[in-house]
Amino acid sequence: MSVIVVLLVASISVAALFLAAFLWSVKSGQYNDEASPPIRILFNDATITETATKSVDEHNHTTEQKIETIP
Amino acid sequence: MSKSFTGVATACYHCGEDCGSEPIQAYDKNFCCEGCKSVYEILNKTGMCDYYAISNNPGSSQKIKVRHNQFAFLDDDSVQKALTVFKDDTQTHVTFYLPHMHCSSCLWLIENLHRLNENIISSKVNFTRKEADIVFNHAKISMRKVAELLTSIGYEPYISLQNLQQQKPRINQSKIYKLGVAGFCFANIMLLSFPEYLGIDDKEKNLAGLFRYMSVLLSLPVILYAATEFYNSAFKSLRHKYLNIDTPIVLAIWVTFIRSMIEIFTHTGSGYLDSMSGIVFFMLVGRILQDKTYEQLNFDRDYTAYFPIAVSRIKNNNEEIVTLPNIQLDDTLLIHHQELIPADGILTKGKALIDYSFVTGESIPVEKQMGEMIYAGGKQLGSNIELLVIKEVAQSYLTKLWNRSTFKEAEQKSKHSFVDALSRYFTWIVFTIAAIAGLYWYMHDVSKLWQAVTAVLIVACPCALLLSNTFTNGTILRRLGRNNFYLRNAATIETIAKVDYIVFDKTGTLTTGRYENITYNGMPLAESLKRKIATLAAQSTHPLSKAIVQWLKVSSGAKITGYREIPGKGIEGIVEDEWIAIGAKTFITEQEANADDTSSVYFSLEGTMIGKFIFKNSYRPGLHTLRRQLQNKYALAILSGDNAGEKNYLQSLLGFNAITLFHQKPNDKLLFIEQLQSKGYTVMMVGDGLNDAGALQQANVGIAVSENSNNFTPASDVILDAAQLHRLPAFIQLAKANRWIIITAFIVSILYNIIGIYFAVQGILSPMIAAILMPASTISIVFITYGLSNLYAKKLRLK
Repeated sequence: MSVIVVLLVASISVAALFLAAFLWSVKSGQYNDEASPPIRILFNDATITETATKSVDEHNHTTEQKIETIP
Repeated sequence: MSKSFTGVATACYHCGEDCGSEPIQAYDKNFCCEGCKSVYEILNKTGMCDYYAISNNPGSSQKIKVRHNQFAFLDDDSVQKALTVFKDDTQTHVTFYLPHMHCSSCLWLIENLHRLNENIISSKVNFTRKEADIVFNHAKISMRKVAELLTSIGYEPYISLQNLQQQKPRINQSKIYKLGVAGFCFANIMLLSFPEYLGIDDKEKNLAGLFRYMSVLLSLPVILYAATEFYNSAFKSLRHKYLNIDTPIVLAIWVTFIRSMIEIFTHTGSGYLDSMSGIVFFMLVGRILQDKTYEQLNFDRDYTAYFPIAVSRIKNNNEEIVTLPNIQLDDTLLIHHQELIPADGILTKGKALIDYSFVTGESIPVEKQMGEMIYAGGKQLGSNIELLVIKEVAQSYLTKLWNRSTFKEAEQKSKHSFVDALSRYFTWIVFTIAAIAGLYWYMHDVSKLWQAVTAVLIVACPCALLLSNTFTNGTILRRLGRNNFYLRNAATIETIAKVDYIVFDKTGTLTTGRYENITYNGMPLAESLKRKIATLAAQSTHPLSKAIVQWLKVSSGAKITGYREIPGKGIEGIVEDEWIAIGAKTFITEQEANADDTSSVYFSLEGTMIGKFIFKNSYRPGLHTLRRQLQNKYALAILSGDNAGEKNYLQSLLGFNAITLFHQKPNDKLLFIEQLQSKGYTVMMVGDGLNDAGALQQANVGIAVSENSNNFTPASDVILDAAQLHRLPAFIQLAKANRWIIITAFIVSILYNIIGIYFAVQGILSPMIAAILMPASTISIVFITYGLSNLYAKKLRLK
């Protein structure tokens, strides 16, 4: 019998986690724009590495950019 | 003709438009104009030609050039402050509206702005709203430079006076939170009630008790938080002494809750908490479906969205930037080509050629002489002019019309839906049943009285009606939206169904407002003469001259001397030794012109009249079918700000019973609608321009027709894509169907209610029956409304 209580607590806490995740996702604006993320994900990684290396100095920056944009 | 030399039309590599007879060739590619070529050059230099790989010809045409100091106003501190979202020591966040954004290439390019200019830190696009949040280092690059960079790659930010005055309202997400909470609680209460429904051993009484108390705990967020959505509306309606549908629902929710509490704490039953939270959950789903709006569209635009944020002012012989609210009387404004006149004033310098098509509906630009009055709202074409302000922006003729106080009153008068009335009857019937059941048990078995009465109230709560209503409205709104007929809200559906008088505007609504339909009337034209006429006409910036050049389809490369332009009359010049004049009737033939004469341009060779070009409005396709479908059911009228040159054609287009009025000023249109309404008509106004703005707001349903829903449209209830205008009858039909679909779904759900009441009046409604009836009825409602709406839409051949 007590095992049911344990299961119950577990199930409700898991559900509560999902609720929290849902509320967070709404709050962080993930549902504000449903059009651009599906397009964005299809772009070349070039742009992502680009942003990551942004802090690298000027010279590096431009050469790297040229290499990356070669399809 | 000349096209046959180039064979197949070449599409511009950048924007995909036809390059015409002489494409600009560079980098092995064809461009339609220098603008497109220069965008390509910028992108090529930074190695960003991926832009062209993602979609074909992704750019937008750069034929209309941007003035070099167009964004000078962004150097102004107060303008910057209004546009800035966030600012710290190094970074500025700004949100620009970029109406040219339309495909995945656009998204890619704008999110890679930092590769074009290293001082831009990041940019993030919201595609539905066509906005870009740009973060830049303001120590290294100014806001003006950012805007100019965007413009140089073909995405000119649209900044209007509205940006200065108000912040965009944030989307209200509280309903979504409530839905999440209600869903969570509903599912878990259901889970906890299951053992009880399936039968729990007497030995495990303690466990059953624990489940019940946990249900109580889980129901608290529902009743105290999720259901507040309905409390607000019920409270508001009570304060206005009007019973809307939410009032009996709130009553039912509370009766259910209190009875469940009593049962659980007195250990006499398990309560109906699962049904209660389920109902709240489904009703919230319905509400959200129905209230889903078109974020990217703006139905509340006023003149501020149309007017620029700042203009140039001349003070002490210096040009300076002044924001619109700071324009004062007696200021001298400098208006450039393609710029909007922001305030009523007197022309003091330059030659004004003002395009009022959007304001008054006149399709042909008006020439104004020095000293003449110019009304705000028109667009200057041609050279720069100077203007002495005689009325402040907010006092201008147009803005005053727009700000009429009656509109605000009309908004206050809330629309009462037929569903509210239906729910009132329903509530009375339920109260009667409850009273009869109560009376019966009072005489027979008092112990069952409380149970029977509360059970009736629980079962018969009009939530089924609310669900039918919200789900049907939601489906129909979405269906109409898919056909580019965007409604401001669900209440509009009902008003559309009631319409019995439809008023159309002409320019821009029934016609396209472009000069595509030209006929020539006169002596036959030799190819050489055509070339000469084209050469002469090409010298002028007047749209009619430009249209003639296009229509003649010959290159305009003849030699011309002694060119002269006589404002308000025409142009003349000696082209290859022949004196040619083109212009108005009075200019060429010296005869009095009739005001209602069709827009014609005459021309003469060596002083003798040879012929005329007749400009006819080009009407949108499908208007005849529109007439056929509408004329028997609705009274029709056309109000045009234009001349009566096409009265006969319009009359044949809309049938002879239709009223056609011409030379209508914005205020005349508004009064016409007011008159119809005082006669008891429910009026639908279909219009497009600022001149219709008053009428659109006055009408019961105002439909703004737009070639591109992202363009400016005046405040209205509906935004309709111009290409879909001929389907208006089908849209109205679907709106009318809304009512009977709701009623059908409601009747079906009443059948479930009758079963419930059958148990309830006997005082034997078990929580399990309630828990089965509630979702069953909800699901059938969803299927019926969804199925019927979509079936009917298909029958009307809507997408």
